[in-house]
Amino acid sequence: MAAPLLEAPRSTPYRRSTSRRSNYEMYSWLFMRLSGAVLAVLVIGHLFVNLMVGDGINGLDFGFVAGKWASPFWQVWDLAMLWLAMIHGSNGVRTIINDYTQRDTTRMVLKTLLAVALVFTVVLGTLVIFTFEPCPVGPDGALLTGAPSFCAG
Amino acid sequence: MSSTAREKSAAKRNGEHVDENGHAHGKAGEEASSENGELGAIPSFDVVMRIRRYNAEDAEDGTPVEARWEDFTVTLHGTDRVLDALHKIKWEQDGSLSFRRSCAHGVCGSDAMRINGVNRLACKVLVKDINPDKPITVEPIKGLPVEKDLVVDMEPFFQSYREVMPFLITSGHQPTRERKQSQEERERFDDTTKCILCAACTSSCPVFWTDGQYFGPAAIVNAHRFIFDSRDEGADVRLEVLNDREGVWRCRTTFNCSEACPRGIQVTKAIHEVKRALLTRTV
Repeated sequence: MAAPLLEAPRSTPYRRSTSRRSNYEMYSWLFMRLSGAVLAVLVIGHLFVNLMVGDGINGLDFGFVAGKWASPFWQVWDLAMLWLAMIHGSNGVRTIINDYTQRDTTRMVLKTLLAVALVFTVVLGTLVIFTFEPCPVGPDGALLTGAPSFCAG
Repeated sequence: MSSTAREKSAAKRNGEHVDENGHAHGKAGEEASSENGELGAIPSFDVVMRIRRYNAEDAEDGTPVEARWEDFTVTLHGTDRVLDALHKIKWEQDGSLSFRRSCAHGVCGSDAMRINGVNRLACKVLVKDINPDKPITVEPIKGLPVEKDLVVDMEPFFQSYREVMPFLITSGHQPTRERKQSQEERERFDDTTKCILCAACTSSCPVFWTDGQYFGPAAIVNAHRFIFDSRDEGADVRLEVLNDREGVWRCRTTFNCSEACPRGIQVTKAIHEVKRALLTRTV
């Protein structure tokens, strides 16, 4: 009589999802470190210039922002801050979703929502930075009504 | 020896608080002074052990059972460890209490459990050191399926361990002499050779708690032990395993593992060294 065949206890439920040989997680981890360091400089510089220099927070109005974005330096600064902060934050939320979602469908839905929010914010922000026109003029070349008062000067 | 003096010395042995009148605080002091036994009697104290119980057979009508807390009061001495308290319960009060232990001296790694909310080896924690005035909670380690009371299924843990190939990998002919190694080369991975596979680190890791897919600190520590061994030639293979989606990059550097390790291994540091080896591709 053959010995009864015993199945290995509970070998299947713990099978790890198959490895996809890629360095994606490594680059994602590295990006978080590097962008974090750059963002610390960008954000603190941003806060300092907006809130401390000159009139400080009292000088912060539409005209101040218009003045800043007239200079390519601040355009690049704000663009870098926007992109880095959005990708850094979204990547962080992605890892949280990976950690805490149980079902694959939930994970898919949440990650899709996250990607849409990321792309929408980045595209809209980039458009605003480069197409910003503080003194909009109509087809006839005259200032539109509602333009800030400094445009008339 | 007056009763106050006796109380004082008993309290001192138990490492307790003594107020200006010489009265000890806490159950240990009360017990010692109320005993009034003969000179030199070993002071004892009562402590409440609050233990997480689970038994799948508790279900009478086939419905799944919930784990529950159960309190046991045991009389202990200052030299007793949590494991001794568990033994007293099992041997004298409730024989159905289940837990693992083998050597009972901090080497085999069988009795890792969550004591007062932190992962410890029950055989290495003196009850008097963890405030016996309050009930002492003892739970199974988190993140692994509970089988009964404090016994968990260690299979997911050992599966991760096996996947990092914790054995010497070499190529070429077997040398006719021993494989030589300098003291510096040995020192490189000395810390991670101390692992006893108790799972205290892995089951203290919040990332492991979430879905158990993460390799966990213990597997990475044991990979580190071979990756940085100058005699081993399998570093690339192991690094590739840990470069996985569930590998070292899921580490959030919370240091829970380093704090939980009963052998004092700098686990987070070892994980970081593996990360660095992956980034630079040099060992």
